[in-house]
Amino acid sequence: MRQQPVLEVRGIRKEFPGVVALDGVDFRLFPGEVHALMGENGAGKSTLIKVLTGVHPSDGGEVELAGEPVRIAGPLQAQRAGISTVYQEVNLCPNLSVAENIFIGREPRRFGLIDWAAMRRRAAERVRGIDLDIDVSAPLNSYSIAVQQLVAIVRAVDVSAKVLILDEPTSSLDRDEVRQLFAVMRRLRDQGVAILFVSHFLDQVYEICDRMTVLRNGRLEGEYLTGELNQVELVSRMIGAELAGLDQLGGGKRRERTAPTGKAFLQADRLTRRGAVEPYDLDIRPGEVIGLAGLLGSGRTEAARLLFGADQSDGGTLRIEGAVTALRSPRDAIAHGIAFCSENRKTEGLVGELTVRENIVLALQASRGWTRPLSRTAQDAYALRWIRALDIRPGHPEALVRNLSGGNQQKVLLARWLITDPKLLILDEPTRGIDIGAKAEIQKLVANLAEDGMAVLFISAELEEVLRLSHRIGVLRDHRMVAQLDNDGELTPERVLATIASGADQ
Amino acid sequence: MSTATAASPVKAVTRSRLFWPAVVLAVLLVANLAFTPDFLAVRLQGGHLYGSLIDILHFGAPLILVSLGMTLVIATGGIDLSVGSTVAISGALACLHISESTDPGGLATVLTAVGIALGTALVLGAVNGLLVAKAGVQPIIATLILMVAGRGVAQLITDGQIITVTSDPYKLIGGGYWLTMPFAILLSALVVVATVLLTRSTALGLLLESVGGNPVASRLVGIRAMRLVALVYVFSALCAALAGLMVSSNVSAADGNNAGLWIELDAILAVVLGGTSLNGGRFSIGGTVLGALIIQTLSTTVYTIGIPPETTLVFKAFVVITVCLIQSPVFRAKLAARGARTRRTARPHAAAPTNREVGA
Repeated sequence: MRQQPVLEVRGIRKEFPGVVALDGVDFRLFPGEVHALMGENGAGKSTLIKVLTGVHPSDGGEVELAGEPVRIAGPLQAQRAGISTVYQEVNLCPNLSVAENIFIGREPRRFGLIDWAAMRRRAAERVRGIDLDIDVSAPLNSYSIAVQQLVAIVRAVDVSAKVLILDEPTSSLDRDEVRQLFAVMRRLRDQGVAILFVSHFLDQVYEICDRMTVLRNGRLEGEYLTGELNQVELVSRMIGAELAGLDQLGGGKRRERTAPTGKAFLQADRLTRRGAVEPYDLDIRPGEVIGLAGLLGSGRTEAARLLFGADQSDGGTLRIEGAVTALRSPRDAIAHGIAFCSENRKTEGLVGELTVRENIVLALQASRGWTRPLSRTAQDAYALRWIRALDIRPGHPEALVRNLSGGNQQKVLLARWLITDPKLLILDEPTRGIDIGAKAEIQKLVANLAEDGMAVLFISAELEEVLRLSHRIGVLRDHRMVAQLDNDGELTPERVLATIASGADQ
Repeated sequence: MSTATAASPVKAVTRSRLFWPAVVLAVLLVANLAFTPDFLAVRLQGGHLYGSLIDILHFGAPLILVSLGMTLVIATGGIDLSVGSTVAISGALACLHISESTDPGGLATVLTAVGIALGTALVLGAVNGLLVAKAGVQPIIATLILMVAGRGVAQLITDGQIITVTSDPYKLIGGGYWLTMPFAILLSALVVVATVLLTRSTALGLLLESVGGNPVASRLVGIRAMRLVALVYVFSALCAALAGLMVSSNVSAADGNNAGLWIELDAILAVVLGGTSLNGGRFSIGGTVLGALIIQTLSTTVYTIGIPPETTLVFKAFVVITVCLIQSPVFRAKLAARGARTRRTARPHAAAPTNREVGA
């Protein structure tokens, strides 16, 4: 006989205009467990979390907290009831100090005034409690995303949580930080906190979770003990089919390929930007996929941004199709046939309040200028063609892009650049935070594009993925490109890892 | 909002961005009938149309023009506080030129005056645009400079006096009639239509919405945001100048002190009432026109039902607050939930978030 669940929902339902996001989902969470919520993008994970935390009111169903029926009307009520959340994107105030962020809304007071000294002291204690060594009076945005994430967790935990919801907390953390986070999670679990963990990293789910609930297309697929279900079974339940996409890529094995020879489309020669990336060389040929590997913050993104004119280089030369070129803006790069999908889909990629159609045609329209509009017919044709080609869901061109799930947003971003028919496509973490089905589709797409002659620069934190797709891999460490490894079929993740770790090719 | 799946036509109408502004305007107009039974009557007299509706359109024309420019500025995430001063400067320059001319009634004189006013506005708008787009000054600060300084410039031009002019061609712009209609109505309608065509049958509207919705992403897709932003400030100044010509023409005088005073605030209000968010992004020109008409109808109502002048502003404030609340999806959802709860307890409320926001 199990104990009583701390949180139980029955038959929860949530609709958005044109989409049923949750359709009669049941879910239970017991005290002192780490519970994974699994599902593809668009399966309803985020919606369920937002209903539990009162961000979205539900359209039907019941919620019980410790056996008592409750109606969670808003985030504040959820917090008061003991449900705290850390979202995928850090939801704190970046320009306030760490201490203020931890205590915002519940500042320690003395004589009605905020007791700053006590706030700083207590914040420092909390932060040290998870072995984090930072200055709590410094503004939050002076720290890396990883540290900001940990601060968000400190805050959530400190709001005396009975239920702690972690939505993709590890997607921006490196290995050590994940270990640190898991230590914190285990400590909390042993104190009786119920933790709901959402992650796309299956290994992490299996490492930390006791039970899991699987959603598919807004419906409950089932609830399992972690030990009952192996990874392959889990994935097939999530996508409701065998791993069709991955099978075509050779079941996770690398496809055999020969690196294209010929003239480089782009050559970087000692290209550099102070404080961002040390001088590096890089050649990319048409039809070639170059991977960039390295830890978070190792300079991968910074190196790529120089090739797109998003930042200006302050040293070295860049040749495009043989001619020395200075890229003063992204517009220059686009004119040369370069496209760049940023790792920050929401802040640097999509315009959330515009529709899928408008987001897809945006880059093409921008290159034409405002006086030469694409006709509505042409826009619809582009949108429908790529919605179909990439299986963007919901498949309606007039849906607002911000209502789409992460994987579908990524596909919209890809579609935006693919209609410009680029010669070089730079993809920065195109598969981060998206589900395994969409991931396989995107990997397949990249491989096909390269076969058709497009040059691709592929940046990812997942070595397996980089190895599977790339002809050559540039390894970055501490803002320096320390090696370029030929992916000749004998390159192993271990060797890439060793290169990252040691800073030299062994 | 996407109405992808089998939404009923009624739902499609109520979800339209123009629905609530139109309802408010209609309610205001109908409410006037209770006090003035012939409020909606329009009659033809001596070849000219008369009636309260005509008055609202006529006196609302300058506000509509200023609000149009403001809409595009706000769509880029900016704001233009200097339009009131531009109204005053443009009227002052035009009237000064006409009054100093040897032939104040001549068409050439009036056209030159209009040219001077619009040309100056072009420069003023370009200064605003460069400050915001090129120098990166916050829009509210950049345009505040001209708002304050411009009022002084207008007084310098008129030498602190009210310049009166007697010029029939000039009188036509704001006070004359053409094809039975006040010319100002036709002129503002023309500018509205031209603006709709300019933004929606080119890609200008989409690119502006993109720049306002996400400036960083817009740069990374290669939109020349700097140019577009500078352009909307120029457009806004031109609209304001045209409004200034109308205002001064209607009274045949330029008043550097009071012409266009606080019109920037009415214009911002009109834009917001029309459903365009102050955060930038999506904009609605139709909504803005409705918003401007709501404000003008309010002013007319104040006169026709004889609200004492000292309570006028309170009355206006009350109506504006009500309108803003009615348009707020959050507020409507709360009201609906409260209604539902009193009828039937424990029924979860349905509050679909919409893409329309009404700024405070």
